Amino acid sequence: MGDLKLAWRNIWRHTRRSILTMMAIGFASLLLVFMLSFQFGSYEGMIDASVRLSTGHLQVQAQGYHDKPEMRKVVKNPRKVMDALSRTPGVEACTARCQTFVLASSEDRTRGVMIMGVDPETESRVLKTSSLIRQGEYLSSDDPNTVIIGALLAERLKIGLGEELTILGQARDGSIAATVMTVRGIFKSGIDEVDRSTVQMLLTDFDQLFGMDGAVHAVVAVVHKLTEVGEIKNTVMQDDALKGLAVLDWMELSPGLKQSIQMDLVSGIIMYVILIIVVAFSIMNTFLMAVFERTREFGVMMAIGVKPLRLVKIILMESMFMTGLGLLFGMILGALLTQYFAGAGISMGGAADLMAQYGISGRMYPRLSLITLFSGPILIGVVTFFTALLPALRIPRLKPANAMKAV
Amino acid sequence: MNAVSASNVSKIYMQGDVKVTALNKVSLEVAPGEFVALAGPSGSGKTTLLNLIGGLDEPDGGKISVNGKDFANMSSGDLAELRLSQIGFVFQSYNLIPVFTAEENVEYILQLQGEGKAERKKKARAMLDDVGLEGKYDRKPAQLSGGQQQRVAVARALVSNPTLILADEPTANLDSVTGESLLRTMREMNQKHGVTFIFSTHDSMVMNAAKRLVSMKDGAIVDDKVK
Ligand SMILES: Nc1ncnc2c1ncn2[C@@H]1O[C@H](COP(=O)(O)OP(=O)(O)OP(=O)(O)O)[C@@H](O)[C@H]1O
Ligand SMILES: [Mg+2]
Repeated sequence: MGDLKLAWRNIWRHTRRSILTMMAIGFASLLLVFMLSFQFGSYEGMIDASVRLSTGHLQVQAQGYHDKPEMRKVVKNPRKVMDALSRTPGVEACTARCQTFVLASSEDRTRGVMIMGVDPETESRVLKTSSLIRQGEYLSSDDPNTVIIGALLAERLKIGLGEELTILGQARDGSIAATVMTVRGIFKSGIDEVDRSTVQMLLTDFDQLFGMDGAVHAVVAVVHKLTEVGEIKNTVMQDDALKGLAVLDWMELSPGLKQSIQMDLVSGIIMYVILIIVVAFSIMNTFLMAVFERTREFGVMMAIGVKPLRLVKIILMESMFMTGLGLLFGMILGALLTQYFAGAGISMGGAADLMAQYGISGRMYPRLSLITLFSGPILIGVVTFFTALLPALRIPRLKPANAMKAV
Repeated sequence: MNAVSASNVSKIYMQGDVKVTALNKVSLEVAPGEFVALAGPSGSGKTTLLNLIGGLDEPDGGKISVNGKDFANMSSGDLAELRLSQIGFVFQSYNLIPVFTAEENVEYILQLQGEGKAERKKKARAMLDDVGLEGKYDRKPAQLSGGQQQRVAVARALVSNPTLILADEPTANLDSVTGESLLRTMREMNQKHGVTFIFSTHDSMVMNAAKRLVSMKDGAIVDDKVK
């Protein structure tokens, strides 16, 4: 108790210095809380955008289809799989898809393209392709034998709305599949790869053309909460309806996305570590001063019978008080700031308009979680503890007689 | 058993490349209850000797024991413990913990000794009263005069019921009236509690008040008179 009182009062001997130190600690932890929350929030935004433009959060496919897509590797009874997914808690929506590579020709050009068969009703609940239409309209089940095509592909094929696209491919049974479709819409996702090589048609048309016999290549699902993907995946895999099928999550479906997030996270962490080191050095000075300038006092205290280790403890209590207060303020302010922007969002400036065109929200929403709230401050706490320990450990090496000669 | 026993104690300091013999085989025996002054010119080794007797520094030769306890092989922690229970210190100045009040400074020692709160408060106040500081309990050192600060230091040194108090020029920063009154207080405590006092001084008034005068020069005891 006396030691606590002593440590507490010692902090306020140099009010300004102590407050500056606490502010440095507080500001660093505020920054970490906010930046980590922002980073995690932006990942969620990225994942969400990417997932809703292409892969979905989860896909059910035939075993081996993902590694080596082949026409004959199919989900035979998509209805059953979709029912199973729909009754799984946390799943927002699902849709069935077919896809294969074909040759697509306009009047005077030919290209290899990926053609997808989608069900406009369910598809639009899962993915945002319908919002990407730049010319014409999205697919409609009332208007069979039409396609929508990527904008870059349309340019290359020199084809426009209402014009005819000839498709030549191989059906599920290996026979030749060929037909002529009318261009109903042109879409632009902003992902060149997609815009250059994708054509979408009605699932029913695809079924007929390629003799799918009701089978599909993937059932695509989106979930309400990104964090629940793993759990939902496990639940779904237990379902009898999915026996013998593979369930893939977004990380498996787009490993590149996961990688770029990991890389971004690593570079973020490096930055945070640098920030923490800078803060540690700046407060090291305070802690060093607090020990050096009181050498004489420590000598007196040892002379009256305070054991060296007890002095170390008192010094550590002082620095932990300061760190604790700083962290507390930083976390409270950081949490408030984060929560504010979590509601209001942060506009991404010029990039926002661009992103909005492609159906991605132009605002970033930081997300406060236990991880983003505590990991930075805990790290700072640990680092400052050792920063304070270093000068404090000089005390036991002091001889009281020498300490008292110090001014 | 002697309160203090020093035999053939030497202390050598290095000042750059030069060896300074601060104490040269000094021997001193002090019986319980004595009131001893250490006199001698500046640099004669008074502070060094007091520090060694209090275990604040290690001798380079010789043996020291307090109340029969030999300092050899005692760790710095053990020595702190010994000081806490048996030795009180008063220095020339800046003796007190600046963030504590007079009462807290005295009380802290009792707390280190593990005494209960109510008891601590009672003893600390009684001791401050004893050294003439009634009503000044809540003053921080900065709000006390030099003489009052030294009294707090004496009260703090006495409160733990030590058998020995070491004081290094306790009156050096005080005017003669204040110094005399502090000395009187020390003498009273010496008589009342039977505590052994060893103090160093340059002041002839203080030397006269001592019951035994040990004179030092160049790191050696040159005279030792009991009055
Ligand atoms: N830490 C030290 N390093 C080097 N030399 C020292 C140290 N402490 C004391 N000395 C030397 O040891 C000798 C004795 O010093 P000491 O302080 O014991 O003298 P003193 O009798 O207390 O003097 P004063 O009356 O001035 O206080 C002096 O020559 C001093 O210079
Ligand atoms: Mg001296």
